Amino acid sequence: MEALLGARLTLALSIFAFLSLLTTSFSQQIQILNAERRIDLTSHIVKVFLTLKVENTGTAPANEVLLAFPPTQVDHLAVVKAKAATGRRKKRTYITLDVKPTELPDAPNGAKYFIISLLNPLNSGETATLEVLYMLTHSLEPFPAEISQSEPQLVYYHDSAIILSPYLIKQQTTFIKTPTSKVESFTRVEPTNRVSTELKYGPYEDRTPYSFSPIIVHFENNNPFAVVEELVREVEISHWGNLQITEHYKLVHAGARHKGVFSRVEYQSRPSHSGISSFKHLLARLPPRVHSVYYRDEIGNISSSHLRTDYRKSELEIEPRYPLFGGWKATFVIGYGLPLQDFLFESSDGKRYLNFSFGCPLAETVVDKLTIKVVLPEGSKDPSIVVPFPVEQHLETKYSYLDVVGRTVLVLEKKNVVPEHNSPFQVYYTFNQMFVLAEPLMLVSAFFFFFVACVAYLHIDLSIHKPSQHFAKF
Amino acid sequence: MADPENAMGATTLRYAFGNVLSFFILLLIGVLAFSIRLFSVIKYESVIHEFDPYFNYRVTQFLTKNGIYDFWNWFDDRTWYPLGRVIGGTVYPGLTLTAGTLWWILNSLNVPLSVETVCVFTAPIFSAFASWATYLLTKEVKGAGAGLTAAALLAMVPSYISRSVAGSYDNEAVAIFALIFTFYLYIKTLNTGSLFYATLNALAYFYMVCSWGGYTFIINLIPMHVLLCIVTGRYSSRLYIAYAPFVVLGTLLAALVPVVGFNAVMTSEHFASFLVFIIIHVVAFVYYIKGILSPKMFKVAVMLVISVGLAVCCAVMAILIALVASSPTKGWSGRSLSLLDPTYASKYIPIIASVSEHQPPTWPSYFMDINVLAFLVPAGIIACFLPLSDASSFVVLYIVTSVYFSGVMVRLMLVLAPAACIMSGIALSEAFHVFTRSIKFQLPGLLGSSQVDSGDASSSTVVAQNDAGKVEKTEDTAKERPSKKNKKKEKEIVDKPSLKTKIEKRLLVLPLEASIFAILLLVLLGAFYVVHCVWAAAEAYSAPSIVLTSHSPDGGLHVFDDFREAYAWLSHNTEVDDKVASWWDYGYQTTAMANRTVIVDNNTWNNTHIATVGTAMSSPEKAAWEIFNSLDVKYVLVVFGGLVGYPSDDINKFLWMVRIGGGVFPHIKEPDYLRDGHYRIDSQATPTMLNCLMYKLSYYRFVETDGKGFDRVRRTEIGKKHFKLTHFEEVFTTHHWMVRIYKLKPPKNRIRGKAKKLKSKTSTTTSTKRSGANKRNPWH
Repeated sequence: MEALLGARLTLALSIFAFLSLLTTSFSQQIQILNAERRIDLTSHIVKVFLTLKVENTGTAPANEVLLAFPPTQVDHLAVVKAKAATGRRKKRTYITLDVKPTELPDAPNGAKYFIISLLNPLNSGETATLEVLYMLTHSLEPFPAEISQSEPQLVYYHDSAIILSPYLIKQQTTFIKTPTSKVESFTRVEPTNRVSTELKYGPYEDRTPYSFSPIIVHFENNNPFAVVEELVREVEISHWGNLQITEHYKLVHAGARHKGVFSRVEYQSRPSHSGISSFKHLLARLPPRVHSVYYRDEIGNISSSHLRTDYRKSELEIEPRYPLFGGWKATFVIGYGLPLQDFLFESSDGKRYLNFSFGCPLAETVVDKLTIKVVLPEGSKDPSIVVPFPVEQHLETKYSYLDVVGRTVLVLEKKNVVPEHNSPFQVYYTFNQMFVLAEPLMLVSAFFFFFVACVAYLHIDLSIHKPSQHFAKF
Repeated sequence: MADPENAMGATTLRYAFGNVLSFFILLLIGVLAFSIRLFSVIKYESVIHEFDPYFNYRVTQFLTKNGIYDFWNWFDDRTWYPLGRVIGGTVYPGLTLTAGTLWWILNSLNVPLSVETVCVFTAPIFSAFASWATYLLTKEVKGAGAGLTAAALLAMVPSYISRSVAGSYDNEAVAIFALIFTFYLYIKTLNTGSLFYATLNALAYFYMVCSWGGYTFIINLIPMHVLLCIVTGRYSSRLYIAYAPFVVLGTLLAALVPVVGFNAVMTSEHFASFLVFIIIHVVAFVYYIKGILSPKMFKVAVMLVISVGLAVCCAVMAILIALVASSPTKGWSGRSLSLLDPTYASKYIPIIASVSEHQPPTWPSYFMDINVLAFLVPAGIIACFLPLSDASSFVVLYIVTSVYFSGVMVRLMLVLAPAACIMSGIALSEAFHVFTRSIKFQLPGLLGSSQVDSGDASSSTVVAQNDAGKVEKTEDTAKERPSKKNKKKEKEIVDKPSLKTKIEKRLLVLPLEASIFAILLLVLLGAFYVVHCVWAAAEAYSAPSIVLTSHSPDGGLHVFDDFREAYAWLSHNTEVDDKVASWWDYGYQTTAMANRTVIVDNNTWNNTHIATVGTAMSSPEKAAWEIFNSLDVKYVLVVFGGLVGYPSDDINKFLWMVRIGGGVFPHIKEPDYLRDGHYRIDSQATPTMLNCLMYKLSYYRFVETDGKGFDRVRRTEIGKKHFKLTHFEEVFTTHHWMVRIYKLKPPKNRIRGKAKKLKSKTSTTTSTKRSGANKRNPWH
């Protein structure tokens, strides 16, 4: 391990010796007076809160602030959000800022950038406080990669003690919060300090742009590493007053792989020692007024679930058929109905729109690939969509109960989804109310013709041989 | 009333009402038959039940996914590893094709029902059809009243419910409908002499052959009836038309079904039909000759033919018998033989005997399965003899044979149920007829007014007046179109009794009070039957057997879903091509739910293979590991009920494994596992028992649950409590311990020094045994 660390350090140092030569006028216009980073490692989703106090040292007003990430982190980056803090301590308010990924031509060593657009340009000499939140998934690497039933789960977290930034940082501190005080080892970059569950790196003064100092924290994390490899949510709108949601999950425990024996007797008799990194239930937060909830998989109903509803929310506690140990998988389907009037509205221009929550209803899970299919009623036109973040989308056609022309399906796909993505999105479409009656009328006419055919058959005599006169009357 | 036109109008109207009423009653019977079978869906869930239905479901899934041609050519490599099984050629495809067609129709109408849903509801739908077919059959025999009663009885007969609840997706579900419908078409042909129905009959028989191996019952019963008719001098051209085309077309069609193929002409089950086919031709020929020759000439001809014919017959019979006798089973399949000789299976084929549904039934099971029908059947038989017709003699023959068969195998109670329903329907309807007629006849006198019930009274008199005219009309109905004929046939049947009543009613009148009382008793009997059927449907027969429930004292419901837990675990957490060994009972479920390759399954076609698994289960760990390893097995699955008290677990089935294994590999001896002839697993058990793989896999670390190792099924503490597994490791045990899955440990690396020592050791101690096992094991 030491060798590994050493190699990484030399690599990093050589990179940054090279990097420090690169200076751009663009980035040197701004410097960061104070940076505080709090990394939360309590769950398997790494949450990083970054507070930056930015000062414009240049002459021209600055509109944008850049955030830099090492390429290994960018792949795992699920969310980047930024807020500007205004006002004094008591009356501090936050305004959400626009964050976009961007490419810079002279990015050193494949660093990736996000650009924060400031609301008001930062004039020369002015300072601003930015609050940045970003989340990393799949960033805790289990080590050892395979554990037996009685062992706790230990993971590595790789990062840099010094915040990677294209700007000069005057002073910076990093706090790392671990779930328990059981920390096997951590890289020391003095001054480093550890108090129970918190590791403190820094403060470091006057670090040049693109400074990097890799650290590894090796600690115990037994929180459920629940990862949905693939989630397909189908939202079907019926103008008869129902919104039917069907969610197909492919769940996996992404922590350290289970190896060897699974002993039920140990699991049942010593729950505190045996399989502590495994999990057996999950919580799904569903909208209020949910009805006809089912929870099953391809071989039938799964009986271990509980639904609690109140007027604000519904909570569905589900247990997979078996407890999930590292590397074990399970698939299941959750389906439920919702009253349509809670989610379907009419916009001012006569269009209808569906306002529904994006993301996965399971608490504290990462979704690797999320597909949302919005099935519009048959006969609806001009679908369009408003989502607060970039998604891939395309159209499909689906045939359901007695459809003739098929229903338009809007398919939205997004990778790497975390609970932060549970924000509403809107689907706009036009729909003529008369189409609601098409299928009942079709059925009515089918039965009508059937009965007419029956009546006709009974009244037509197709026999060649004429029956005797007496019976012909009837 | 005297006006014939007016009276005619009134009767027609009455028949019209009668028809509409019967139609609605039939519709309701269909609804009843369907809905009484939904208890399983409401109490549990919409899921496929038990073992065989899972296989049928899997085949249906394959059919809907890959189409019919792939289905015929399907070689299944996920079962009977390493042999595989040709599914398309060894399965009765009727059920699968039926459900597949239903699914296809629904999907082409854009009704997105899953294959599973269609499969679950196939059985209830076909029981509605079966009750309608019963109506038709009984109507042909004894009139519409008896038909409706029989249909209502069949709709809820517990014996049939047990095989056709929603989710019980098995061959019998559609086969009983096919059976009754074939019989109906046979009777219909017999009554009408129409070639149209004869052809339909052959087609219905074809459907039956597609659906169930029980078709041999039809192909033996109908010849028996034909023979009976000939012997009792009831030969007619109608009989010829009903039989000859049926045999020719039916055999040709049956040979089209891959699983039957040339068996349709080669096995002894079918010989009776060919023999009767010859006989009926001889008889027809004799009748023909008799018609064209003078009586004296005829006698001469008979003498001639008999002397020549006997010689030829003897020769043919001798050849036939020699041919049949040359085959080891005398040309009969094991199951058929065990029908003829109930002790056959237990003597020679333990696999057939080990299945509980192949055991003879007990008396309570008759009461459970057909309930009050058992008492009504004799009355029905008597009613069939008053008067005896071709049709009624057929149902009498049907009930007699099916009573015998049901006595041999509990499974064939299912064949008895429709016969019992028909007989009871006839009995009830006749009884009601007698009693209501007595009441009707006496009521006007009692009230001193002829206006009471004028509709019925007047119409019956009118009918009586017009009888003379009608009887001759009914004769030419035979040449008419079938649909019209139906109606008139009905009239004929209604008319005939009324003609009789006119003549006999003075003689057959019962006292009024007695009649009313008897009717009340009959209604009570019927009500008891209904209550019993609903109870049986709700409580006894609706459990899907893969989900178990128990009621806790506080009224809560506890669900034991261990089987699916284990199958789901296997399907998600093992490699796709891993082989799972278990006793054959769980083979179908493992392939269908876990999608893993199994060694043996419920289609017990290869005795040796099953015996290999049985031998492995009853061998000590090392020998078992070698057998399993030679079969590429990676996981071994055992079912264990000792923790929660689930009685049908592998320990209770273990003696059958020993017997079947010992039947092929003689080093497994049943007495080694018994202590003084008793099967026990406590401290008195034999060392062979306590060291066999099944015992070890079932009770591994069981003692740690309660400290004593108390088995709740056997109600005893286990014999050997603390032991370690050396060649297997536990990889999964379900929540209630009902399914335990073990993995074969990889063979250990040989260490140079140790290997020598080990070798010398084994050669001295277990060499004889092991070499014996190796020699006999077919996979070495």
